[in-house]
Amino acid sequence: MTFRIVVGLDGSGADGQAVRFARELSQSVGECELLLVYVIEWSPFTFQTPEENAERHKRREEEIATAKERVVDPAVAALSSDGIAAQGLVRHGNVADTLDAVARECGARQIVVGRSDAKSLSTRIFGSSTANLVMHSSVPVTVVS
Amino acid sequence: MLKSILAATATLAMAAPAVAQEAGIDAKVNEIFAKFTGPFVSLIFAPLPGTNFPWIVLWLVVGASVFSIYFGFIQFRGFGHAIALVKGDYSDPNDAGEVSHFQALATALSGTVGLGNIAGVAVAVGIGGPGATFWMILAGLLGMASKFTECTLGVNYRNEYEDGTVSGGPMYYMSKGFAERGLPGGKFLAVLFAIFCIFGSFGGGNMFQANQAHAQLANIFGDYPGWITGIVFAGVVFAVIIGGIKSIARVTEKVVPFMGILYVGTALIILAVNADKLGWAFGQIFAGAFTGLGVAGGLTGALIQGFKRAAFSNEAGVGSAAIAHSAVRTKEPVTEGYVSLLEPFIDTVVICTMTALVITISGQFITDPETGLFLLTDNGMIQTIDGNSGVALTSAAFATGFSWFPYVLGIAVILFAFSTMISWSYYGLKAWTYLFGEGKTTELVFKLLFCVFVVIGAAASLGPVIDFSDAAIFAMAVVNIISLYFLMPKVKEILTSYNARLRSGEIRKFAH
Repeated sequence: MTFRIVVGLDGSGADGQAVRFARELSQSVGECELLLVYVIEWSPFTFQTPEENAERHKRREEEIATAKERVVDPAVAALSSDGIAAQGLVRHGNVADTLDAVARECGARQIVVGRSDAKSLSTRIFGSSTANLVMHSSVPVTVVS
Repeated sequence: MLKSILAATATLAMAAPAVAQEAGIDAKVNEIFAKFTGPFVSLIFAPLPGTNFPWIVLWLVVGASVFSIYFGFIQFRGFGHAIALVKGDYSDPNDAGEVSHFQALATALSGTVGLGNIAGVAVAVGIGGPGATFWMILAGLLGMASKFTECTLGVNYRNEYEDGTVSGGPMYYMSKGFAERGLPGGKFLAVLFAIFCIFGSFGGGNMFQANQAHAQLANIFGDYPGWITGIVFAGVVFAVIIGGIKSIARVTEKVVPFMGILYVGTALIILAVNADKLGWAFGQIFAGAFTGLGVAGGLTGALIQGFKRAAFSNEAGVGSAAIAHSAVRTKEPVTEGYVSLLEPFIDTVVICTMTALVITISGQFITDPETGLFLLTDNGMIQTIDGNSGVALTSAAFATGFSWFPYVLGIAVILFAFSTMISWSYYGLKAWTYLFGEGKTTELVFKLLFCVFVVIGAAASLGPVIDFSDAAIFAMAVVNIISLYFLMPKVKEILTSYNARLRSGEIRKFAH
């Protein structure tokens, strides 16, 4: 059975460390597949103007295309060129919940993410996505710093 | 390009108050408008023969009753399912990032919750007494079926363009729906509806709001020229709808719901503190509903005021909500119908009732100690302690519980007015582009006109213009409900198919 690892990307410098760690892990495991996931933070319970609603589908497609083009595809291409099995995925939702859901869907054994250094007020109050993932994930999580 | 637009708008905006300040020109505009629009306004708000009951209110109530019966009181049977949809129980996680049911509902609500819930209810109970509340709730409950019908059709017949944007609303279901069913006149109704919608967006959805926001500001800061408010409001509206500064709209859209929650929350606290009077207040509502408790016109007076306020407040049957709800990218149009039926419930059954209860419980109305009936003023209004009516009455009632509340209410009124303007600028734009075609220049012309009307609305008290615009909003309901009668079998077809799949388990909840 293929050992799957979900790698959470956020387009920051921490991505490189997370991918490097996951790559080393996959090489030590043997038959392993990496699933690189970029989650666009989004909530169905926000308030929007009618115009924003009318353009939402278009914006969603643009957001997915941009994330794929700039973050996910280059990372997948780099791994594939080194002979490592890797796939990319872009989703909308709560970062921690979505990474956990993807891990459960594809039967991943572990989630690897980079350490977030964001120190915004909301992060201080509600905790970072990484902290939330560590607390609520249904599979083991490795936070790479 | 932006510079030239800014210059053009500034010129128009500067010209508007100058015009408005000219009392002579004001009077001339009033006179010309009244001459040409008077018959139309009189026709829309004409009372039924031998009564003072406007036929348009009966039209909306009869429509709502027909839809309620035709769909087997969907507003009660489907209420739980509507809540489940808004919670996202039936939302496919793979569709995350699209407009959610909650977002569509919140957007539509921000277009309807506003001055009607605060000032309008005070006027209704000020004339019709607490009994008006009973009829208002009944009309709100019936209106839920009208919203269900129009919003299902709005999603079903919307246009989806190649670039991923959508346009929907009564114009589209009238033209496409009638053509699909082989009925004549769909295009004619659609054009008529679009014209009324444009007038309504300039008037009730814009000038009236700007006018009332200025009245509220003048109340707080003392009297000052309306054009100052107009220029500021127009500037902010301009920044949002033309400048594309979404952050202002986003802030408003976030603050307005909290204002609504704060309003209802404060009302609930006042009611909880006066819990011992709740039984008495409901007694007054029921007694007033069937006897009038001495209000002008008795039972009929209470009934007219209640029905009128509900119809004017939640816009059920007007067709505006169908434009807002069309943005949801659902595979099942009827789900948006279900969600939309919550709108009159929240707007009328909850928020309007809260206002009415607080006014009743606060003891603002003066009764005759001997007969227990209300004392009336010369113009037929119920006498209040400080002689207040409208927003001032609501404000005084809430101030009995929290002395600081009038300030919060002042801010709430201004924000509600602004969010209603943003919503109606979109409804008007959709009607405009339906008539003149989609395109940047066409849209810009409408948006500039919209900003100019903000200034005029705040600066001048053009009574006939506002009367005409209000009449245009209700004229939308005349055209819309005619089309709903013809298209309701289609809604039934969609509903039957959806409910069958829901029962069979084909449509099921997603594990989130």
